[in-house]
Amino acid sequence: MIHSEHTIEYLSSRLLRGETTAGAVVAAALDAAEKLNDTLNAFLQIDRAGATARADEIAAETGNGASRGSLAGIPIVLKDNICVRGLQASCGSRILGNYHPPYDATVTERLRAAGAVIIGKTNCDEFAMGSSNENSAFGPVRNPWDTARVPGGSSGGSAAAVAARIVPVALGSETGGSVRQPAALCGIVGVKPTYGRVSRYGLVAFGSSLDQVSVFGLTVRDAAIVLGTIAGRDARDATTADVPVPNYIAELPANDLKGARVGVPRALFGEGLDEEVRASVEAAVEAYRTLGAEIIDVELPHAKYSIAVYYIIATAEASSNLARFDGARYGFRTEEARTLSEMYRRTRDEGFGAEVKRRIMLGTYVLSSGYYDAYYRKAQQVRTLIRNDFLKAFERCDAILTPTTPTPAFLLGEKTDDPLAMYLSDIYTCTANLAGIPGIALPCGLTTSGLPIGFQLLGSHWSEATLFRLAHAYEAEHPLTARPHVIAR
Amino acid sequence: MPITESDIEKIAKLAHLEITDEERRALTPQIASIVAYVEQLNELDTSQVEPAIGGLTPEGERTESPRDDVILPSLGQQLALEEAPDPSHGHFRVPKVL
Repeated sequence: MIHSEHTIEYLSSRLLRGETTAGAVVAAALDAAEKLNDTLNAFLQIDRAGATARADEIAAETGNGASRGSLAGIPIVLKDNICVRGLQASCGSRILGNYHPPYDATVTERLRAAGAVIIGKTNCDEFAMGSSNENSAFGPVRNPWDTARVPGGSSGGSAAAVAARIVPVALGSETGGSVRQPAALCGIVGVKPTYGRVSRYGLVAFGSSLDQVSVFGLTVRDAAIVLGTIAGRDARDATTADVPVPNYIAELPANDLKGARVGVPRALFGEGLDEEVRASVEAAVEAYRTLGAEIIDVELPHAKYSIAVYYIIATAEASSNLARFDGARYGFRTEEARTLSEMYRRTRDEGFGAEVKRRIMLGTYVLSSGYYDAYYRKAQQVRTLIRNDFLKAFERCDAILTPTTPTPAFLLGEKTDDPLAMYLSDIYTCTANLAGIPGIALPCGLTTSGLPIGFQLLGSHWSEATLFRLAHAYEAEHPLTARPHVIAR
Repeated sequence: MPITESDIEKIAKLAHLEITDEERRALTPQIASIVAYVEQLNELDTSQVEPAIGGLTPEGERTESPRDDVILPSLGQQLALEEAPDPSHGHFRVPKVL
């Protein structure tokens, strides 16, 4: 068993046997969070008082013979764009800063009901816009494997917290790869569900037709437990679908993949792909062959247009969603403004960082009069073509395997002056968000300099159980046994 | 058509963003290069393609969203104003409109 002492499975069985207590498990996570935060900057808030009180409650409830939730006493962290009553939700932005939402997100309610203990809120790129976590107003997160490097983004704090073994699992959010990309750069598992699988109620909106709450775990099994807990129709989010949530864990065992078909789009293994990443992902393809899967060549002819489509649709939706941040009702307001319109402009100028402004501007431009058809409508048409490519490919295979990122973790500052180069880090991931399909990223080795490499499996709508089964079979044979050694400052 | 500094000025106004001269100078080539990049979509003939509307799957499209018309409690005035930068007499106070 890999990383055994850090998994939900291990912690739950020790709790059940009375070998430890929820209080002790949660205290250990809080200690690690506090000890490592000067080095990693993964947390924007650590809630020692609230988490300790909640752990005691859980201990009392389970001690009284109440039925145990699937996550009873398990510490978890949430990206700071997911609402938790009593804790902040800054979204990594100065414009929200110390904002405390007056309600829980649906995913928060479901985690609490299952007995999970939220120990803190994690750092992220401002409003989830970024691929390196350098766009946070509260400083970048550092990669636990090499603190001179980025953890990926935008959910970098959650990824670093899991990779550094502070917590076994965490929530992030995806719009174009913001969980799978940092999972790859930090050597852990990241799951982006089908659009409509998980409620977005209480997730601060960025690109509403792309956003999904997503899950990090050290193992496939742990990620599956958490997705099973938060998934399912929610009347408060009309875009959640009425589709049954399978028991992902019950469907896991089956290491023999005979009959499974894995599609490989060779055209995407070309230009821009790091040689070590290519070799490692090719080895993963061979591993699937060895496990009994049939490897099939597939084509995704429009995938190369995905970044262009993504940056039109995501910025258009963002420019509209972020119009609500105006200094009137909550969050930051500029000190001096003589008129309402001046208050809006100055609040937004002082409150938003450079990347958020750039995307609001780009989104406003592509939606503006005279340009709408040329950019926005065109992008929505190509989105249809990208989705159709996947539907066609899935007639011939159960999942598609690609690298998760073109390169391993890059250096802090390496891409900050070139927004377009940064956007290209999402080249493999953003297709899934555009097509609304699920994806799972998992580690498949280390570079010669010791940085994690990852691959992803993409599946048809609602096929998370298949992805978990395929990922679990690989992980059982090829676990990443190395772990980062973070030295507390 | 290349994007100019005056286009950037106009977009900033539409987006209610007050940008400095320095920001305008930096943003102009950045937005221009991103727009030039996305123009690769023009290689594709999409005259016969339906635009995707939103991100819903077919199952999501079929899910009935309307709920019964029942009154549910709302936040209430006190809680709704708790995070307001300038609350006054149960309202959000802002500078004069005109």
